[in-house]
Amino acid sequence: MSEKRLTMPFDKSELATLKVGDGVLLSGTMLVFRDAGHKRLFESIQSGKPDFDYAGETVYFMGPCPAVKGQVMGSCGPTTSGRMDKYTPYMFDHGLAAQIGKGKRSPECIEAIKRNGGVYFAAIGGAGALYSGTVTAVEEICYPDLGTEAVRRITVRDFPAIVAIDSEGNCIYAD
Amino acid sequence: MFTVDTSTVAEEVRRAIVEISRNIEPTCLAALERARDEEKVPAARFALTKMCENARFAAQTGYPVCQDTGMCVVFVEIGKDVLLTGALLQDAIDGAVREGYADLRKSVLDPVTRVNTGTNAPAVVHTDFVPGDEVKVSVMLKGFGSENMSALYMLNPAQGLDTAKDLIVETVARAASNPCPPVIVGVGLGGTFELCAKMSKQALFRKIGSANPDPQLDAIERELMERINSLGVGAQGFGGKTTALGIFIRKYPTHISSLPVAVNILCHCSRAKVAVIGKEGVRYE
Repeated sequence: MSEKRLTMPFDKSELATLKVGDGVLLSGTMLVFRDAGHKRLFESIQSGKPDFDYAGETVYFMGPCPAVKGQVMGSCGPTTSGRMDKYTPYMFDHGLAAQIGKGKRSPECIEAIKRNGGVYFAAIGGAGALYSGTVTAVEEICYPDLGTEAVRRITVRDFPAIVAIDSEGNCIYAD
Repeated sequence: MFTVDTSTVAEEVRRAIVEISRNIEPTCLAALERARDEEKVPAARFALTKMCENARFAAQTGYPVCQDTGMCVVFVEIGKDVLLTGALLQDAIDGAVREGYADLRKSVLDPVTRVNTGTNAPAVVHTDFVPGDEVKVSVMLKGFGSENMSALYMLNPAQGLDTAKDLIVETVARAASNPCPPVIVGVGLGGTFELCAKMSKQALFRKIGSANPDPQLDAIERELMERINSLGVGAQGFGGKTTALGIFIRKYPTHISSLPVAVNILCHCSRAKVAVIGKEGVRYE
């Protein structure tokens, strides 16, 4: 499989060219957070004062190992995306460009991705060491008290993934 | 009588954590490489290739294979001719977890407050008394993407073995891509509610490619492997022929009213090690 090289933040027109099953190598910046970060972000959204802005961003569902031995970030493969399904339609409807995680999404998520011309990428679950080798910078954004679940912005180079749901709503996973 | 201090058990646990968090169990890695070589579906082959690259990269660099370094599960089988001395076994093992996880992700928290313990302790420790004069310490770092996809069914006898088999296959199908397939499936058949679950976890220590010593269970394993690998879930849920690398069944007598069936799912990164402490020293199985 020859992988397409793409840069984040994404250009929507570029996302539109991706087809389900395409292999990609992603470079650039993305936001990283998972269960507890989403829960707290949504509490802040409900209170009328969102803690941070994610418009135009890509969110990667991940909570890393601590960095060791000159690593920028410790092992950092994807976590199960389905647990973030309840937050996902709102986020795509409010400017999120793409998500990266692993596993199936709800029909509501697929609809929201299609409606907004977004993309859902599947990273390779379990390949945490390999992904740590793609991270070139890390910046703390929010909720440092959440430890591994804090919100971070990371810069990656040639991060391997597969297009799991494309902008037309086609999905790689069988029903 | 052979005297073993619990600190000796703890040291084996600590060493196991450090080693297996960075090194996939060898028969599991060999099975992954075989699956990669045989896979025809491009996305699944891509995933299997990355999994194998990851395993090699982790071993070379000493980086954890997966960021989910799991919850530490330890089975301690204590020979009846062994005298265990020293600290309480649970305390000794928890100390080993605190040390072994120093560089690893702390994933363990209080289920009510969701406050992290900060050390990845406590471990889940099971003890059994067995014949002999050795202590067998089986350590697994169990990730929860796969643990969450596990299930336990209390069937009634009329439903029988056929329903049990259907449910095992269905559990793997329903888990789909979530547990990072290709998976390894541990099954408990019989016993009580809690023993059944325990057997399904213990089964996961068997080596891939080994036959079940019970010919009847071996035949069931072969049948279920074929059915599971016909599901088309495939590596990471991307399709193809390898949904499971192995299925291991343990059984125990059960009650006339029931057929308990537990299915414990393990991801493609099996992180397990077995140390046997004996009079001649420690050997690894």
